[in-house]
Amino acid sequence: MIRWTLFLLGGVLLGGIVHLGTVFILPLTATQDAYSRLTATVPLDKVVALPLPTPEKAAMPFMDPAFASTVCRYDLAQGPIKLTVPVNSAYTSVSFYTNRDIAYYAINDRAAGGRAIELDLMTAEQHSQLPEDEEITAADRLIVESPSPTGLIVIRALALSPEMMPMAEKAIVTAQCTKVAAPNPSD
Amino acid sequence: MRLLIGTLFTLLVAAIVGLGTTYSALTHGVAFGALNIGSWTAWPKSGTTDIDPYAQAAIARMGRLPVALGDGVEFLARSDDQGRPLDGRCDITLSGTTPAARYWTLSLYTPRGGLVANSVNRYGFTSQEIVRRANGSFQITIAPRASPGNWLPTGGIERYVLMLRLYDTPVGVSTKEGREVPLPALTVRSCP
Repeated sequence: MIRWTLFLLGGVLLGGIVHLGTVFILPLTATQDAYSRLTATVPLDKVVALPLPTPEKAAMPFMDPAFASTVCRYDLAQGPIKLTVPVNSAYTSVSFYTNRDIAYYAINDRAAGGRAIELDLMTAEQHSQLPEDEEITAADRLIVESPSPTGLIVIRALALSPEMMPMAEKAIVTAQCTKVAAPNPSD
Repeated sequence: MRLLIGTLFTLLVAAIVGLGTTYSALTHGVAFGALNIGSWTAWPKSGTTDIDPYAQAAIARMGRLPVALGDGVEFLARSDDQGRPLDGRCDITLSGTTPAARYWTLSLYTPRGGLVANSVNRYGFTSQEIVRRANGSFQITIAPRASPGNWLPTGGIERYVLMLRLYDTPVGVSTKEGREVPLPALTVRSCP
C-alpha cells in the first residue's frame, strides 16, 4: 500500500515537471502560432496587407475588425531595416513582435509626433556598431532594437466607422520596410 | 516485476497529470498579473517582454498576436456581472463609461476568436460610432434581434466573448483595480 502511494506521489511530482516542461517548450515548438503561419504567406522585408477579418476567414483569431493592418516580416541578418509609415488615419500604430510572438515595442502616431512614423530597426549588435560621430544625432532618429534577428512588424490604422475603412487601408499600404546596407564592421 | 509495473504506473500518472494540467491551463487562460474589473479581465503584461510562460504558451497555441502595451490594452469578458457565460440568444446591456483612452473598440467574437456573421455585417463598435447620453455615458444592446440605439448583433450563437480594447491609454501594468478604471457593466435584460 505504502509502495503504491509512493509510486502515485512520484507520478504526481513527475507530472508537475512534465507540466512546466510542456508550458515552456510549447511556444518553441508551435507550428500554428502567428509568426509561423505568416512565414508561409508573407515575403521577407516587404509590407503586405492583411485581409480584413470576416466571419469565414481571418489571418489570425481575435483581430480587431475596426483596424486595417499590414505586416512586414523581417530578418536582420543582412542588415538593419528602415521603416516609414505615413500617418493619415485617426490612429496609427506600429507594433513589433519577436519570432516567438512576444510584443517588445510599440509606437503610435502621437508618440511619434509628425506626419510619419520613421524608425530604424536593428539588433543590439548592429546598434553597437553604429559609428558614433554620425551627423544625424540619436535624437532625430528613432532606433529600435530587436531582441531576435527575425520577427514581425504590424502596422495598424483605425477606421472610426466602416465607411472609413478604405481610407485606413490606403493610408498604411504605402508603408515601407526596406533593408539598409549592413554597416561594415571594418570601417 | 512489481517495480516495473510501479514505474509504468508512475509514468502514466505523470503523463496524465502533466499534460492534463497543461491543457487545462492553456484552455482556461491561466496567466499571472491579471487585472480583473467587473466581468472584464486584462493581462497588460502579455503585451510586453515580461509576458509569463503561460500567457505565451496560450498565445502560441491560439495563433494570435497580443496587443502591445505601447499600442493599447485589451479587456476580455466571458460572462456578465452575475458570472453567467455570455449567451447570444439573450438581450444583454452593456452600459457605463470607459477608462481614459484616445479611442476604444468593442468587438464580439466566438470563444475561439472568430467574428460572428450577422445581417448588418457589424462586428463591433468604435468609440466614435456610439450614440451617447448627455453625460457621456453610453449603452449598447447586445442581442440577436435588431434593437434601437447602439445594437451589437450576436447572430444568436450560444456562447460569445467581448473584447474591449483601449488604444493610447494610461491603463497599463501598474494599473490597480479601482475607481480610476471604470469599465461598463454587463447585465442580462431578457433571456428566452
